[in-house]
Amino acid sequence: MTRYLAGRLLGLVAVLFVTSVVVFGALHLAPGDPVTFLLHGRPATPEAVAALRTQHHLDDPLAVQYAKWLGGVLRGDFGSSAQFHQDVAGLIASRLPGTALLVAYAALLVALIGVGSGILAALRPGPVDRTVLIGTGVATATPSFVTAIALVSLFSVQLGWFPGPGGTPAGLSQQLYHLTLPAFALALTFAGLLARVTRSAMLDELGREHVEVARARGVAERTVVRRHVLRNALGPVVTVGGTMLAGLLISTSIVETAFDVPGLGSLLVASVTAQDFAVVQAITLLSVAAFVLVNLAVDLLAPLIDPRLSLHGEGSS
Amino acid sequence: MTTTTSPAPYRRPGLRRLRVLGQGPMFTVSVAVLVALVLVALLAPVLAPYDPEALDLASSLVGTGADHLLGTDQSGRDVLSRLLHGARTGLLGPLLVVTVSTLLGTLIGVVAAWRGGWADTVLSRSMDMVFAIPGLLLAILLVTVVGSGMTAPVIAMAVAYTPYVGRLVRGIARQEKARPYIEAYRVQGWSGWTVSVRHLLPNIAPTVLAQSAMNFGYALMDLAALSYLGFGVQPPTADWGAMINEGQSAVQQGAMLPALAPSACIVLAVVAFGIVGEGLADRIAKRER
Amino acid sequence: MKEQRDTTPVLDIDGLDVRLPEDRAGRPILDGIGLRVRAGESVGLVGESGSGKSVACRSVLGLLPAGARTSGRVRVGGRDVLAMNRTELAALRARQVAMVYQDPRASVNPLRRVGDFLTEGLRASGTPAATATARALELLDAVGIRDPRGALRRRPHEFSGGMLQRVVIAAALAAEPALIVADEPTTALDVTTQAEIVALLGRLRAERGTGLLFVTHDLELAASVCDRVYVMYAGRIVETRGTDELFDRPRHPYTAGLLACTPSIAAGAPAPRPIPGRPVSLAESPPGCAFAARCAHAVPRCSEEKPVLTRHGDGLAACHRAAEGITL
Repeated sequence: MTRYLAGRLLGLVAVLFVTSVVVFGALHLAPGDPVTFLLHGRPATPEAVAALRTQHHLDDPLAVQYAKWLGGVLRGDFGSSAQFHQDVAGLIASRLPGTALLVAYAALLVALIGVGSGILAALRPGPVDRTVLIGTGVATATPSFVTAIALVSLFSVQLGWFPGPGGTPAGLSQQLYHLTLPAFALALTFAGLLARVTRSAMLDELGREHVEVARARGVAERTVVRRHVLRNALGPVVTVGGTMLAGLLISTSIVETAFDVPGLGSLLVASVTAQDFAVVQAITLLSVAAFVLVNLAVDLLAPLIDPRLSLHGEGSS
Repeated sequence: MTTTTSPAPYRRPGLRRLRVLGQGPMFTVSVAVLVALVLVALLAPVLAPYDPEALDLASSLVGTGADHLLGTDQSGRDVLSRLLHGARTGLLGPLLVVTVSTLLGTLIGVVAAWRGGWADTVLSRSMDMVFAIPGLLLAILLVTVVGSGMTAPVIAMAVAYTPYVGRLVRGIARQEKARPYIEAYRVQGWSGWTVSVRHLLPNIAPTVLAQSAMNFGYALMDLAALSYLGFGVQPPTADWGAMINEGQSAVQQGAMLPALAPSACIVLAVVAFGIVGEGLADRIAKRER
Repeated sequence: MKEQRDTTPVLDIDGLDVRLPEDRAGRPILDGIGLRVRAGESVGLVGESGSGKSVACRSVLGLLPAGARTSGRVRVGGRDVLAMNRTELAALRARQVAMVYQDPRASVNPLRRVGDFLTEGLRASGTPAATATARALELLDAVGIRDPRGALRRRPHEFSGGMLQRVVIAAALAAEPALIVADEPTTALDVTTQAEIVALLGRLRAERGTGLLFVTHDLELAASVCDRVYVMYAGRIVETRGTDELFDRPRHPYTAGLLACTPSIAAGAPAPRPIPGRPVSLAESPPGCAFAARCAHAVPRCSEEKPVLTRHGDGLAACHRAAEGITL
């Protein structure tokens, strides 16, 4: 157990290390002097240029630059934003709650719609199953910005049930009301995916002998489905669902842009456009960290769902 | 018979069940859709009734009619013409991504499988690393540095898609390598490259093709997302993702077509590539059985 | 003649036909199966894979392939299973008939505790949890599991195949059923474990007076467990008689063939002779005797006219030439 955990943590650190090198090194991929890039055409006094050089340790050798930058990152110092003239860590902290709420809302929808329709499709072969299959087929092939447009045109412009992009709601209930369309736009693709995973996991389990054995012992169908089919199908559903959480996080950049939601995603997009490099570096690094942490959590959760998967001797996978 | 563990193309679970459709007439229909898309892309200058970039602010957001079959956008450009031209950038980007990632992935996969040992370890670990960084994020990072346009997104996506092909090829190549006939050639003193190129690659090709067809759809979706965000092809060039971005504000004014028409094109293309990829994969699986 | 109450067989299958709606004609699986198990009796059902023995024994629990059409009767304790509604079926499965499957690994939900598996059937039919647990402990002890209390809390993967099959048998006994259907219960186990399980089944049946329908492809094994054996070929019963007579003097060439292809370690025993050809299913069998194509004694009549089960010796055989006393 401890050895396995140590191995996994080592892998996690390796991924984060490589990511940090890529994120740091990207600055030097830019053509010309990094300062020119960092200034992004903004006029600057010689003092400002000097300050920039100090902030990015540009006068040091590359390795030292990296070490100093990484040291800062580890202390939570991501530098300062060129467009907002603000501490990056503070900027991210102020944008995080909005994005967290959106992701949580969408994750809830993904779980409800995805697992719900997957179960329905598995238990009702025939027209219901076919409908779910076609629906999820279209949902998974529809990018979130397309869903966003469709939702806005139908529920906001035509029906007027929900507010369109923009607006600054006050209070949690207003905020949730405003986030409903964005959350659906974010959730739909992933819900389609999860529905299909749920469906095929359920069908796999429905075909197993122990399910027939339970039926052969006079256990009510409802109980068989709940205790044997659904319970056993949980493994793949949780694994895929967990990895989706990271996907949701990254897709917020698209949905927040489409709906003008002030969050991390729209901050990232705005920072790319403004070439606000420190912010892009920070969000990229944090996203990858979130991604690998979620994957680790899912892996650690797996033996709880399936006791056959012990944590011993699986370090190589 | 027990189920074989032969490596199958990686399928995003979502598109997997398109296989139900992939065996019937839907496969044929999807192939037809793809052929039509390619023809449209090639013949766009001939087919398009207007110059896709010609501004006509006087006829902004004109509805459907005889003059403009799909109406005009905010700047008065003909939506149909932009849609037809958009097919070019829409297909060119994924084509580059798939070509590069397929070649690179096949090379990495074959070398990893053939050499084994430390080469395999290094290549496999590297692919794991790339897997851990989402393609969209990689693209955004690259765009920040080198600026918007086709280049950065295509390079980033090509890198991000390489491990999908690489892992698949490595799996099949390892299996093939263990077969007696390969051993026989090696005993006869044939070089590894000759055997790989003559015997391994032809056996791998169909599976890789199926994977590439699926990757094409995913890459199209990812690249469209990037140009929607404004990081891809720059205005005024026609591009589906960019058209959706430009048409967004018009939607709130009640003009749906400028944004919905390219949306429909993206969904259609992605679904068609998904069905064709699944269909190919199933045909291969059936043939092997 | 009216049968008395105590001689009512626990299982009485009569003229059972099963067809699958594969195409419009319907693919036949079983044709006129008749089979009887009396209280406390141990009956074997022997046949190769594809002979329909698994479908036949599952029909006892009303478990038929989806869309299957049936005719005939499957009476358990005098009541027709095929005519039962959902509630009656649940009661039948929970109380009267229990099934033991081939592979204990597949028949126990791997994610749930063994105690859960043992008590599930009882709880489904309304037994309080505490009573069910007490009963489970008692049964685990009866099937020879050490530390029953600890076993209840363990998971299936912590047991060996043989031990897990004991658990499955314990679970089958939980509701004190009148009949246990065992479908190849030892095939997935290694040889020494097989013997233990067979002995256990025999002992429990004798102690409790439970009827046993033992389904297997292994005629030797059936002989060691059963008082009487039914031999199936291509969806039909081709011979039935008491175990001793079946071995001494089989009347159907197929039975004889099965006996001849079993290797024997007895001194001077002839080398095993396999039956030529491959087994057919009912759907692909010719109008006459399904075995005719593989039979060394077949005459033209065999492939034209279907032989019916008729009395020969103290049992029945479906062969046109059974009365001729040919040496098989």
